[in-house]
Amino acid sequence: MRLFRDYLAQKTMLVLAFVPGFIVLLMCLGLFLKSEPILAHKPFFSLLFSSVWSPLKGEFGLFPFIMGTLWVTFVSLIIAVPVSLLSAIYLAEYAPRFIREFTKPIVDLLAGLPSVIYGVWGVLLIVPFVGRVLAPLFGVQSGGYTILAGGVVLAIMIFPTIISVCLEVFSSIPYEMRETSLSLGATKWETIRHVVLKKGLQGIIAAVVLGLSRALGETMAVLMVVGNVARVPKSVFDPGYPLPALIANNYGEMMSVPLYDSALMLAAGALLLVVLVFNVFARFILIRVERRAE
Amino acid sequence: MTLPLTRRRAIHRKIEEGVFKGLMGASMFIVVGCLVLIVGTIIWKGLPALSLSMITQTPKGGYYLGKEGGILNAIMGSLYLASGATLLALMFSLPVVLFINLYTKKNSRLAEWTRFSFDVLWGIPSIVYGAFGFIIMIFLGLRTSLLAGIVTVALLEFPIMSRAMDEVIRLVPGSLLDASYSLGATRLETALKVVVRQCLPGILTAVLIAFGRGIGDAASVLFTAGFTDRLPTSLFQPAATLPLAIFFQLGTPFPEVQERAYASAAVLTVMILLISLLARGLIKKSTKHIIK
Repeated sequence: MRLFRDYLAQKTMLVLAFVPGFIVLLMCLGLFLKSEPILAHKPFFSLLFSSVWSPLKGEFGLFPFIMGTLWVTFVSLIIAVPVSLLSAIYLAEYAPRFIREFTKPIVDLLAGLPSVIYGVWGVLLIVPFVGRVLAPLFGVQSGGYTILAGGVVLAIMIFPTIISVCLEVFSSIPYEMRETSLSLGATKWETIRHVVLKKGLQGIIAAVVLGLSRALGETMAVLMVVGNVARVPKSVFDPGYPLPALIANNYGEMMSVPLYDSALMLAAGALLLVVLVFNVFARFILIRVERRAE
Repeated sequence: MTLPLTRRRAIHRKIEEGVFKGLMGASMFIVVGCLVLIVGTIIWKGLPALSLSMITQTPKGGYYLGKEGGILNAIMGSLYLASGATLLALMFSLPVVLFINLYTKKNSRLAEWTRFSFDVLWGIPSIVYGAFGFIIMIFLGLRTSLLAGIVTVALLEFPIMSRAMDEVIRLVPGSLLDASYSLGATRLETALKVVVRQCLPGILTAVLIAFGRGIGDAASVLFTAGFTDRLPTSLFQPAATLPLAIFFQLGTPFPEVQERAYASAAVLTVMILLISLLARGLIKKSTKHIIK
Protein backbone atom coordinates (compact mmCIF):
# COMPACT_ATOMS: atom_id res chain seq x y z
CA MET A 1 0.00 0.00 0.00
CA ARG A 2 2.77 2.41 0.91
CA LEU A 3 4.67 1.46 -2.18
CA PHE A 4 1.59 1.96 -4.24
CA ARG A 5 1.09 5.41 -2.77
CA ASP A 6 4.68 6.23 -3.56
CA TYR A 7 4.20 5.02 -7.11
CA LEU A 8 1.02 7.07 -7.48
CA ALA A 9 2.76 10.19 -6.17
CA GLN A 10 5.63 9.66 -8.57
CA LYS A 11 3.34 9.50 -11.56
CA THR A 12 1.35 12.57 -10.49
CA MET A 13 4.50 14.55 -9.92
CA LEU A 14 5.92 13.43 -13.23
CA VAL A 15 2.87 14.88 -14.95
CA LEU A 16 3.14 18.09 -12.92
CA ALA A 17 6.80 18.45 -13.86
CA PHE A 18 5.74 18.99 -17.43
CA VAL A 19 3.46 21.86 -16.44
CA PRO A 20 6.01 24.72 -16.68
CA GLY A 21 7.14 23.77 -20.16
CA PHE A 22 3.54 23.26 -21.14
CA ILE A 23 2.61 26.76 -19.95
CA VAL A 24 5.24 28.33 -22.18
CA LEU A 25 3.91 26.47 -25.21
CA LEU A 26 0.31 27.26 -24.33
CA MET A 27 1.13 30.96 -24.01
CA CYS A 28 2.72 31.14 -27.45
CA LEU A 29 -0.11 29.18 -28.95
CA GLY A 30 -2.85 31.20 -27.29
CA LEU A 31 -1.42 34.58 -28.19
CA PHE A 32 -0.78 33.63 -31.79
CA LEU A 33 -4.21 32.10 -32.27
CA LYS A 34 -5.69 35.33 -30.96
CA SER A 35 -3.59 37.49 -33.27
CA GLU A 36 -4.50 35.37 -36.27
CA PRO A 37 -7.43 37.61 -37.40
CA ILE A 38 -5.26 40.66 -37.85
CA LEU A 39 -2.50 38.69 -39.54
CA ALA A 40 -5.07 37.41 -42.00
CA HIS A 41 -6.11 41.00 -42.62
CA LYS A 42 -2.68 42.58 -43.06
CA PRO A 43 0.79 41.14 -43.69
CA PHE A 44 3.04 40.96 -40.66
CA PHE A 45 5.74 43.34 -41.88
CA SER A 46 3.38 46.10 -42.90
CA LEU A 47 2.02 46.00 -39.35
CA LEU A 48 5.48 46.24 -37.90
CA PHE A 49 6.69 49.10 -40.05
CA SER A 50 3.61 51.25 -40.45
CA SER A 51 3.43 54.34 -38.25
CA VAL A 52 -0.30 54.93 -38.67
CA TRP A 53 -2.17 54.09 -35.48
CA SER A 54 -5.91 54.70 -35.66
CA PRO A 55 -7.86 51.67 -34.50
CA LEU A 56 -11.19 53.19 -35.52
CA LYS A 57 -10.12 53.20 -39.16
CA GLY A 58 -8.60 49.78 -38.85
CA GLU A 59 -5.00 51.03 -39.03
CA PHE A 60 -2.72 49.24 -36.61
CA GLY A 61 0.84 50.35 -37.27
CA LEU A 62 3.05 49.17 -34.42
CA PHE A 63 6.19 50.98 -35.51
CA PRO A 64 5.99 53.98 -33.10
CA PHE A 65 5.48 51.60 -30.18
CA ILE A 66 8.33 49.34 -31.18
CA MET A 67 10.61 52.36 -31.47
CA GLY A 68 9.35 53.64 -28.10
CA THR A 69 10.23 50.32 -26.49
CA LEU A 70 13.67 50.26 -28.08
CA TRP A 71 14.49 53.84 -27.03
CA VAL A 72 13.47 53.36 -23.41
CA THR A 73 15.28 50.04 -23.16
CA PHE A 74 18.41 51.48 -24.75
CA VAL A 75 18.52 54.45 -22.36
CA SER A 76 18.01 52.19 -19.35
CA LEU A 77 20.80 49.84 -20.46
CA ILE A 78 23.25 52.72 -20.91
CA ILE A 79 22.63 53.74 -17.31
CA ALA A 80 22.22 50.31 -15.74
CA VAL A 81 25.05 48.31 -17.30
CA PRO A 82 28.05 50.30 -16.01
CA VAL A 83 26.53 50.96 -12.61
CA SER A 84 25.48 47.40 -11.92
CA LEU A 85 28.61 45.87 -13.43
CA LEU A 86 30.88 48.03 -11.26
CA SER A 87 28.76 47.29 -8.19
CA ALA A 88 28.91 43.57 -8.89
CA ILE A 89 32.70 43.69 -9.29
CA TYR A 90 33.02 45.60 -6.04
CA LEU A 91 30.76 43.18 -4.18
CA ALA A 92 32.49 40.10 -5.58
CA GLU A 93 36.13 41.21 -5.38
CA TYR A 94 36.67 44.06 -2.97
CA ALA A 95 33.84 44.24 -0.47
CA PRO A 96 34.44 42.94 3.05
CA ARG A 97 32.02 40.35 4.29
CA PHE A 98 29.78 42.66 6.30
CA ILE A 99 29.15 44.95 3.33
CA ARG A 100 28.17 41.97 1.23
CA GLU A 101 25.79 40.78 3.93
CA PHE A 102 24.39 44.28 4.17
CA THR A 103 23.81 44.83 0.44
CA LYS A 104 22.19 41.50 -0.36
CA PRO A 105 18.87 42.35 1.29
CA ILE A 106 18.99 45.76 -0.37
CA VAL A 107 19.36 44.28 -3.82
CA ASP A 108 16.62 41.74 -3.03
CA LEU A 109 14.31 44.47 -1.83
CA LEU A 110 15.00 46.56 -4.92
CA ALA A 111 13.92 43.54 -6.96
CA GLY A 112 10.86 42.98 -4.78
CA LEU A 113 9.40 46.49 -4.87
CA PRO A 114 6.26 46.55 -7.01
CA SER A 115 6.54 48.38 -10.30
CA VAL A 116 3.70 50.70 -9.36
CA ILE A 117 5.84 52.00 -6.51
CA TYR A 118 8.64 52.72 -8.96
CA GLY A 119 6.07 54.50 -11.11
CA VAL A 120 4.81 56.70 -8.27
CA TRP A 121 8.38 57.51 -7.31
CA GLY A 122 9.19 58.36 -10.91
CA VAL A 123 6.23 60.72 -11.08
CA LEU A 124 7.20 62.35 -7.77
CA LEU A 125 10.92 62.75 -8.37
CA ILE A 126 12.30 61.80 -11.75
CA VAL A 127 9.69 63.47 -13.94
CA PRO A 128 10.03 66.91 -12.29
CA PHE A 129 13.80 66.49 -12.26
CA VAL A 130 13.90 65.78 -15.99
CA GLY A 131 11.37 68.49 -16.80
CA ARG A 132 12.75 71.31 -14.64
CA VAL A 133 16.47 70.57 -14.34
CA LEU A 134 17.75 68.37 -17.15
CA ALA A 135 15.66 69.67 -20.04
CA PRO A 136 16.50 73.38 -19.50
CA LEU A 137 20.13 72.35 -19.07
CA PHE A 138 20.09 71.01 -22.61
CA GLY A 139 17.91 73.88 -23.80
CA VAL A 140 14.81 71.78 -24.50
CA GLN A 141 11.21 72.40 -23.53
CA SER A 142 9.75 69.35 -21.85
CA GLY A 143 7.07 68.43 -19.36
CA GLY A 144 9.28 65.73 -17.91
CA TYR A 145 7.17 62.77 -19.08
CA THR A 146 9.86 61.57 -21.45
CA ILE A 147 11.87 58.61 -22.72
CA LEU A 148 14.64 59.73 -20.41
CA ALA A 149 12.44 59.56 -17.31
CA GLY A 150 11.27 56.09 -18.36
CA GLY A 151 14.85 55.00 -18.96
CA VAL A 152 16.05 56.17 -15.56
CA VAL A 153 13.24 54.43 -13.66
CA LEU A 154 13.72 51.29 -15.73
CA ALA A 155 17.48 51.31 -15.13
CA ILE A 156 16.94 51.17 -11.38
CA MET A 157 14.49 48.32 -11.85
CA ILE A 158 17.00 46.18 -13.72
CA PHE A 159 19.94 46.80 -11.38
CA PRO A 160 19.09 43.77 -9.22
CA THR A 161 18.80 41.39 -12.17
CA ILE A 162 22.17 42.33 -13.64
CA ILE A 163 23.94 42.52 -10.27
CA SER A 164 22.79 39.15 -8.99
CA VAL A 165 23.48 37.28 -12.23
CA CYS A 166 26.94 38.90 -12.47
CA LEU A 167 27.70 37.92 -8.88
CA GLU A 168 26.86 34.31 -9.69
CA VAL A 169 29.12 34.43 -12.73
CA PHE A 170 32.05 35.93 -10.82
CA SER A 171 31.76 33.37 -8.07
CA SER A 172 31.99 30.58 -10.63
CA ILE A 173 35.50 31.70 -11.64
CA PRO A 174 38.02 29.58 -9.77
CA TYR A 175 40.01 31.40 -7.13
CA GLU A 176 43.29 29.85 -8.27
CA MET A 177 43.12 31.84 -11.49
CA ARG A 178 43.05 35.08 -9.56
CA GLU A 179 45.89 33.94 -7.33
CA THR A 180 48.02 33.09 -10.34
CA SER A 181 47.56 36.57 -11.74
CA LEU A 182 48.22 38.23 -8.39
CA SER A 183 51.36 36.21 -7.84
CA LEU A 184 52.69 37.40 -11.19
CA GLY A 185 52.65 40.89 -9.78
CA ALA A 186 49.39 42.18 -11.22
CA THR A 187 47.46 44.62 -9.09
CA LYS A 188 44.00 43.68 -7.93
CA TRP A 189 42.38 45.78 -10.62
CA GLU A 190 44.57 44.31 -13.35
CA THR A 191 43.60 40.87 -12.17
CA ILE A 192 39.96 41.82 -12.41
CA ARG A 193 40.34 43.34 -15.84
CA HIS A 194 42.43 40.63 -17.41
CA VAL A 195 41.22 37.54 -15.59
CA VAL A 196 37.81 38.02 -14.01
CA LEU A 197 36.22 40.16 -16.72
CA LYS A 198 37.75 38.19 -19.55
CA LYS A 199 36.74 34.86 -18.09
CA GLY A 200 33.31 36.13 -17.12
CA LEU A 201 32.56 37.94 -20.35
CA GLN A 202 30.00 35.44 -21.60
CA GLY A 203 28.24 35.43 -18.28
CA ILE A 204 28.20 39.22 -18.18
CA ILE A 205 26.62 39.27 -21.63
CA ALA A 206 23.99 36.85 -20.38
CA ALA A 207 23.32 39.07 -17.36
CA VAL A 208 22.87 42.09 -19.58
CA VAL A 209 20.55 40.18 -21.90
CA LEU A 210 18.43 39.12 -18.93
CA GLY A 211 18.29 42.73 -17.76
CA LEU A 212 17.40 43.78 -21.29
CA SER A 213 14.48 41.38 -21.50
CA ARG A 214 13.24 42.56 -18.10
CA ALA A 215 13.34 46.10 -19.42
CA LEU A 216 11.52 45.19 -22.64
CA GLY A 217 8.51 43.85 -20.80
CA GLU A 218 8.24 46.23 -17.87
CA THR A 219 4.85 47.88 -17.97
CA MET A 220 3.36 49.92 -15.17
CA ALA A 221 6.36 51.96 -14.04
CA VAL A 222 7.25 52.95 -17.58
CA LEU A 223 3.65 53.61 -18.51
CA MET A 224 3.35 56.11 -15.68
CA VAL A 225 6.36 58.26 -16.57
CA VAL A 226 6.98 57.95 -20.29
CA GLY A 227 4.27 60.23 -21.66
CA ASN A 228 2.41 57.83 -23.96
CA VAL A 229 2.31 59.72 -27.25
CA ALA A 230 2.03 57.48 -30.30
CA ARG A 231 4.82 59.08 -32.32
CA VAL A 232 8.28 57.84 -33.22
CA PRO A 233 10.56 59.57 -30.69
CA LYS A 234 13.48 61.64 -32.02
CA SER A 235 15.38 62.38 -28.83
CA VAL A 236 15.41 61.27 -25.22
CA PHE A 237 13.41 64.39 -24.33
CA ASP A 238 10.48 63.28 -26.49
CA PRO A 239 7.62 61.33 -24.99
CA GLY A 240 7.35 57.72 -26.11
CA TYR A 241 4.80 54.93 -26.04
CA PRO A 242 6.31 51.47 -25.49
CA LEU A 243 4.49 48.28 -26.47
CA PRO A 244 3.61 47.04 -22.95
CA ALA A 245 2.14 50.45 -22.12
CA LEU A 246 0.03 50.24 -25.26
CA ILE A 247 -1.36 46.87 -24.22
CA ALA A 248 -2.08 47.99 -20.66
CA ASN A 249 -3.65 51.31 -21.59
CA ASN A 250 -6.17 49.97 -24.06
CA TYR A 251 -7.49 46.86 -22.39
CA GLY A 252 -10.77 48.65 -21.71
CA GLU A 253 -11.71 49.61 -25.22
CA MET A 254 -10.17 46.74 -27.13
CA MET A 255 -13.30 44.60 -27.16
CA SER A 256 -15.46 47.31 -28.73
CA VAL A 257 -13.40 47.99 -31.86
CA PRO A 258 -13.02 45.22 -34.47
CA LEU A 259 -9.54 43.70 -34.74
CA TYR A 260 -8.29 45.90 -31.86
CA ASP A 261 -7.97 43.00 -29.40
CA SER A 262 -6.25 40.99 -32.08
CA ALA A 263 -3.72 43.77 -32.69
CA LEU A 264 -2.96 44.02 -28.97
CA MET A 265 -2.59 40.26 -28.67
CA LEU A 266 -0.20 40.39 -31.61
CA ALA A 267 1.80 43.01 -29.70
CA ALA A 268 1.83 40.77 -26.60
CA GLY A 269 2.77 37.76 -28.72
CA ALA A 270 5.63 39.61 -30.38
CA LEU A 271 6.87 40.77 -26.99
CA LEU A 272 6.69 37.23 -25.63
CA LEU A 273 8.62 35.88 -28.60
CA VAL A 274 11.43 38.42 -28.32
CA VAL A 275 11.74 37.98 -24.55
CA LEU A 276 11.65 34.20 -24.93
CA VAL A 277 14.46 34.20 -27.48
CA PHE A 278 16.61 36.47 -25.29
CA ASN A 279 15.93 34.39 -22.20
CA VAL A 280 16.70 31.06 -23.80
CA PHE A 281 19.91 32.50 -25.23
CA ALA A 282 21.02 33.92 -21.87
CA ARG A 283 20.15 30.76 -19.94
CA PHE A 284 22.09 28.58 -22.36
CA ILE A 285 25.16 30.71 -21.81
CA LEU A 286 24.70 30.61 -18.04
CA ILE A 287 24.31 26.83 -18.01
CA ARG A 288 27.56 26.56 -19.96
CA VAL A 289 29.30 28.90 -17.54
CA GLU A 290 28.05 26.84 -14.61
CA ARG A 291 29.18 23.56 -16.16
CA ARG A 292 32.63 24.90 -16.75
CA ALA A 293 32.87 25.88 -13.11
CA GLU A 294 32.11 22.39 -11.85
CA MET B 1 61.87 66.10 -14.76
CA THR B 2 61.03 62.69 -16.10
CA LEU B 3 60.71 59.65 -13.95
CA PRO B 4 62.06 56.32 -15.16
CA LEU B 5 59.60 54.32 -17.24
CA THR B 6 58.95 51.58 -14.68
CA ARG B 7 58.22 54.14 -12.02
CA ARG B 8 55.80 55.99 -14.28
CA ARG B 9 54.03 52.78 -15.11
CA ALA B 10 53.71 51.93 -11.45
CA ILE B 11 52.09 55.29 -10.77
CA HIS B 12 49.83 54.84 -13.76
CA ARG B 13 48.72 51.44 -12.45
CA LYS B 14 48.01 52.87 -9.03
CA ILE B 15 45.96 55.70 -10.50
CA GLU B 16 43.95 53.37 -12.71
CA GLU B 17 43.13 51.15 -9.77
CA GLY B 18 42.18 54.19 -7.70
CA VAL B 19 39.90 55.61 -10.39
CA PHE B 20 38.04 52.34 -10.83
CA LYS B 21 37.73 51.85 -7.10
CA GLY B 22 36.20 55.29 -6.89
CA LEU B 23 33.76 54.46 -9.67
CA MET B 24 32.79 51.24 -7.94
CA GLY B 25 32.17 53.09 -4.71
CA ALA B 26 30.01 55.58 -6.57
CA SER B 27 28.03 52.76 -8.22
CA MET B 28 27.40 51.06 -4.92
CA PHE B 29 26.29 54.38 -3.52
CA ILE B 30 23.86 54.84 -6.42
CA VAL B 31 22.33 51.37 -5.96
CA VAL B 32 21.91 51.68 -2.20
CA GLY B 33 20.93 55.33 -2.48
CA CYS B 34 18.16 54.52 -4.95
CA LEU B 35 16.45 52.17 -2.53
CA VAL B 36 16.70 54.66 0.32
CA LEU B 37 15.48 57.44 -1.96
CA ILE B 38 12.52 55.44 -3.26
CA VAL B 39 11.30 54.16 0.09
CA GLY B 40 12.04 57.52 1.70
CA THR B 41 10.13 59.54 -0.89
CA ILE B 42 7.12 57.27 -0.83
CA ILE B 43 6.86 57.22 2.95
CA TRP B 44 7.58 60.94 3.28
CA LYS B 45 4.94 61.87 0.71
CA GLY B 46 2.47 59.23 1.74
CA LEU B 47 2.35 59.38 5.51
CA PRO B 48 0.92 62.91 5.82
CA ALA B 49 -1.93 61.94 3.50
CA LEU B 50 -2.63 58.70 5.32
CA SER B 51 -5.51 58.54 7.78
CA LEU B 52 -7.31 55.82 9.65
CA SER B 53 -10.44 56.20 7.54
CA MET B 54 -8.38 55.51 4.43
CA ILE B 55 -7.54 51.99 5.48
CA THR B 56 -10.81 51.12 7.21
CA GLN B 57 -13.42 52.33 4.72
CA THR B 58 -14.42 51.44 1.21
CA PRO B 59 -14.80 54.28 -1.31
CA LYS B 60 -17.99 56.29 -0.84
CA GLY B 61 -19.76 58.06 -3.71
CA GLY B 62 -17.50 60.59 -5.39
CA TYR B 63 -14.36 59.17 -3.80
CA TYR B 64 -12.38 59.67 -6.95
CA LEU B 65 -13.45 63.33 -6.99
CA GLY B 66 -11.96 63.88 -3.55
CA LYS B 67 -14.88 62.93 -1.31
CA GLU B 68 -15.09 60.58 1.70
CA GLY B 69 -13.92 57.01 1.76
CA GLY B 70 -10.86 54.79 1.83
CA ILE B 71 -9.08 52.01 0.02
CA LEU B 72 -10.15 49.05 2.13
CA ASN B 73 -11.64 47.45 -1.00
CA ALA B 74 -8.22 47.47 -2.66
CA ILE B 75 -6.32 46.27 0.40
CA MET B 76 -8.70 43.36 1.00
CA GLY B 77 -8.90 42.60 -2.72
CA SER B 78 -5.13 42.41 -2.97
CA LEU B 79 -4.88 40.20 0.10
CA TYR B 80 -7.57 37.79 -1.16
CA LEU B 81 -6.05 37.70 -4.60
CA ALA B 82 -2.47 37.18 -3.48
CA SER B 83 -3.44 34.55 -0.88
CA GLY B 84 -5.50 32.58 -3.35
CA ALA B 85 -2.83 32.78 -6.00
CA THR B 86 -0.06 31.80 -3.59
CA LEU B 87 -2.03 28.78 -2.40
CA LEU B 88 -2.72 27.68 -5.96
CA ALA B 89 0.91 28.19 -6.98
CA LEU B 90 2.11 26.23 -3.94
CA MET B 91 -0.08 23.28 -4.90
CA PHE B 92 1.79 22.99 -8.16
CA SER B 93 5.23 24.13 -7.25
CA LEU B 94 5.92 22.01 -4.15
CA PRO B 95 5.28 18.67 -5.91
CA VAL B 96 7.31 19.69 -8.94
CA VAL B 97 10.27 20.83 -6.87
CA LEU B 98 10.15 17.70 -4.67
CA PHE B 99 9.95 15.59 -7.79
CA ILE B 100 12.97 17.06 -9.54
CA ASN B 101 15.02 16.80 -6.36
CA LEU B 102 14.02 13.40 -4.99
CA TYR B 103 12.54 11.25 -7.71
CA THR B 104 14.87 11.99 -10.57
CA LYS B 105 18.55 11.17 -10.58
CA LYS B 106 20.91 14.01 -9.88
CA ASN B 107 21.27 16.24 -12.94
CA SER B 108 18.88 14.16 -15.00
CA ARG B 109 17.55 15.50 -18.29
CA LEU B 110 14.06 16.01 -16.95
CA ALA B 111 15.16 17.92 -13.87
CA GLU B 112 17.42 20.15 -15.90
CA TRP B 113 14.75 20.79 -18.44
CA THR B 114 12.21 21.68 -15.78
CA ARG B 115 14.63 24.09 -14.13
CA PHE B 116 15.31 25.62 -17.50
CA SER B 117 11.63 26.16 -18.19
CA PHE B 118 11.18 27.77 -14.77
CA ASP B 119 13.97 30.17 -15.63
CA VAL B 120 12.35 31.00 -18.93
CA LEU B 121 8.93 31.46 -17.33
CA TRP B 122 10.50 33.73 -14.73
CA GLY B 123 11.67 36.05 -17.50
CA ILE B 124 8.29 36.50 -19.14
CA PRO B 125 6.88 39.98 -18.46
CA SER B 126 3.78 40.25 -16.32
CA ILE B 127 1.82 42.05 -19.03
CA VAL B 128 2.14 38.93 -21.17
CA TYR B 129 0.81 36.86 -18.27
CA GLY B 130 -2.04 39.37 -18.14
CA ALA B 131 -2.82 38.96 -21.83
CA PHE B 132 -2.58 35.19 -21.53
CA GLY B 133 -4.83 35.16 -18.47
CA PHE B 134 -7.29 37.23 -20.43
CA ILE B 135 -7.31 34.66 -23.24
CA ILE B 136 -7.92 31.81 -20.77
CA MET B 137 -10.67 33.85 -19.16
CA ILE B 138 -12.44 34.42 -22.48
CA PHE B 139 -11.90 30.78 -23.42
CA LEU B 140 -13.55 29.56 -20.20
CA GLY B 141 -16.35 32.08 -20.58
CA LEU B 142 -15.53 33.90 -17.36
CA ARG B 143 -15.79 37.63 -16.84
CA THR B 144 -13.26 39.77 -15.00
CA SER B 145 -13.34 38.26 -11.54
CA LEU B 146 -11.34 37.39 -8.48
CA LEU B 147 -10.99 33.84 -9.82
CA ALA B 148 -9.51 34.93 -13.15
CA GLY B 149 -7.12 37.22 -11.28
CA ILE B 150 -6.08 34.41 -8.95
CA VAL B 151 -5.33 32.05 -11.82
CA THR B 152 -3.27 34.68 -13.66
CA VAL B 153 -1.28 35.73 -10.62
CA ALA B 154 -0.74 32.05 -9.69
CA LEU B 155 0.83 31.52 -13.11
CA LEU B 156 3.06 34.51 -12.49
CA GLU B 157 4.08 33.32 -9.01
CA PHE B 158 4.66 29.70 -10.03
CA PRO B 159 8.21 30.10 -11.40
CA ILE B 160 9.23 32.60 -8.69
CA MET B 161 8.16 30.27 -5.89
CA SER B 162 9.60 27.15 -7.50
CA ARG B 163 13.00 28.67 -8.13
CA ALA B 164 13.27 29.93 -4.56
CA MET B 165 12.14 26.55 -3.20
CA ASP B 166 14.43 24.57 -5.45
CA GLU B 167 17.41 26.49 -4.13
CA VAL B 168 16.65 25.35 -0.57
CA ILE B 169 15.62 21.77 -1.26
CA ARG B 170 18.67 21.24 -3.45
CA LEU B 171 20.84 21.76 -0.40
CA VAL B 172 19.33 18.92 1.64
CA PRO B 173 22.26 16.63 2.39
CA GLY B 174 22.16 13.29 0.64
CA SER B 175 23.09 11.50 3.86
CA LEU B 176 19.83 12.67 5.44
CA LEU B 177 17.88 11.10 2.58
CA ASP B 178 19.92 7.89 2.84
CA ALA B 179 19.21 7.71 6.56
CA SER B 180 15.50 8.02 5.89
CA TYR B 181 15.54 5.41 3.10
CA SER B 182 17.54 2.99 5.21
CA LEU B 183 14.82 3.12 7.88
CA GLY B 184 12.46 1.80 5.26
CA ALA B 185 10.68 5.01 4.34
CA THR B 186 9.44 5.38 0.80
CA ARG B 187 10.45 8.38 -1.25
CA LEU B 188 7.05 9.99 -0.68
CA GLU B 189 7.35 9.60 3.08
CA THR B 190 10.89 10.95 2.96
CA ALA B 191 9.72 13.90 0.89
CA LEU B 192 6.81 14.86 3.10
CA LYS B 193 8.13 14.00 6.54
CA VAL B 194 11.84 14.65 6.27
CA VAL B 195 12.56 17.05 3.43
CA VAL B 196 9.59 19.34 3.94
CA ARG B 197 10.25 19.56 7.66
CA GLN B 198 13.94 20.16 7.15
CA CYS B 199 13.27 22.90 4.64
CA LEU B 200 10.16 24.39 6.20
CA PRO B 201 11.61 27.87 6.85
CA GLY B 202 13.04 27.97 3.33
CA ILE B 203 9.74 26.87 1.85
CA LEU B 204 7.87 29.52 3.82
CA THR B 205 10.35 32.11 2.62
CA ALA B 206 9.71 31.08 -0.96
CA VAL B 207 5.98 31.35 -0.34
CA LEU B 208 6.40 34.83 1.14
CA ILE B 209 8.54 36.01 -1.76
CA ALA B 210 5.86 34.84 -4.17
CA PHE B 211 3.16 36.43 -2.03
CA GLY B 212 4.98 39.76 -2.14
CA ARG B 213 5.22 39.52 -5.90
CA GLY B 214 1.54 38.70 -6.18
CA ILE B 215 0.44 41.59 -4.02
CA GLY B 216 2.51 44.10 -5.94
CA ASP B 217 1.85 43.11 -9.50
CA ALA B 218 -0.47 45.33 -11.48
CA ALA B 219 -0.03 44.56 -15.15
CA SER B 220 -1.31 41.00 -14.87
CA VAL B 221 -4.48 41.81 -12.92
CA LEU B 222 -5.35 44.78 -15.10
CA PHE B 223 -7.03 42.50 -17.62
CA THR B 224 -8.37 39.83 -15.36
CA ALA B 225 -9.42 40.96 -11.88
CA GLY B 226 -11.31 44.09 -12.89
CA PHE B 227 -11.94 46.84 -10.37
CA THR B 228 -14.78 47.56 -7.98
CA ASP B 229 -15.54 49.80 -5.05
CA ARG B 230 -17.07 46.95 -3.01
CA LEU B 231 -15.42 44.18 -1.09
CA PRO B 232 -15.49 40.97 -3.10
CA THR B 233 -17.80 38.35 -1.57
CA SER B 234 -17.40 35.55 -4.08
CA LEU B 235 -14.80 34.24 -6.49
CA PHE B 236 -16.84 35.32 -9.46
CA GLN B 237 -17.02 38.99 -8.60
CA PRO B 238 -14.45 41.49 -9.76
CA ALA B 239 -11.96 42.60 -7.13
CA ALA B 240 -10.02 45.81 -6.62
CA THR B 241 -6.26 45.59 -6.11
CA LEU B 242 -3.93 47.97 -4.36
CA PRO B 243 -1.51 48.63 -7.24
CA LEU B 244 -4.39 49.43 -9.58
CA ALA B 245 -5.98 51.68 -6.95
CA ILE B 246 -2.71 53.61 -6.79
CA PHE B 247 -2.56 53.82 -10.55
CA PHE B 248 -6.14 55.04 -10.95
CA GLN B 249 -5.94 57.57 -8.14
CA LEU B 250 -2.71 59.00 -9.54
CA GLY B 251 -4.37 59.31 -12.92
CA THR B 252 -7.11 61.66 -11.70
CA PRO B 253 -6.61 65.39 -12.14
CA PHE B 254 -7.49 66.23 -8.51
CA PRO B 255 -4.60 66.91 -6.11
CA GLU B 256 -6.52 65.49 -3.10
CA VAL B 257 -6.98 62.18 -4.86
CA GLN B 258 -3.36 62.13 -5.96
CA GLU B 259 -2.35 62.64 -2.33
CA ARG B 260 -4.33 59.51 -1.59
CA ALA B 261 -2.42 57.66 -4.28
CA TYR B 262 0.79 58.54 -2.41
CA ALA B 263 -0.78 57.31 0.82
CA SER B 264 -1.86 54.05 -0.85
CA ALA B 265 1.65 53.67 -2.23
CA ALA B 266 3.00 54.07 1.30
CA VAL B 267 0.61 51.34 2.50
CA LEU B 268 1.79 48.99 -0.26
CA THR B 269 5.45 49.77 0.43
CA VAL B 270 5.05 49.08 4.13
CA MET B 271 3.32 45.77 3.33
CA ILE B 272 6.17 44.74 1.03
CA LEU B 273 8.77 45.76 3.61
CA LEU B 274 7.02 43.74 6.31
CA ILE B 275 6.79 40.69 4.08
CA SER B 276 10.46 40.83 3.19
CA LEU B 277 11.46 41.38 6.83
CA LEU B 278 9.41 38.32 7.76
CA ALA B 279 11.04 36.30 4.99
CA ARG B 280 14.46 37.40 6.14
CA GLY B 281 13.67 36.47 9.72
CA LEU B 282 12.66 33.01 8.54
CA ILE B 283 15.94 32.56 6.71
CA LYS B 284 17.78 33.40 9.93
CA LYS B 285 15.63 30.95 11.82
CA SER B 286 16.20 28.21 9.29
CA THR B 287 19.61 27.61 10.79
CA LYS B 288 18.01 26.54 14.09
CA HIS B 289 16.19 23.24 14.76
CA ILE B 290 17.60 21.68 11.67
CA ILE B 291 19.94 18.80 11.17
CA LYS B 292 23.10 19.95 9.54
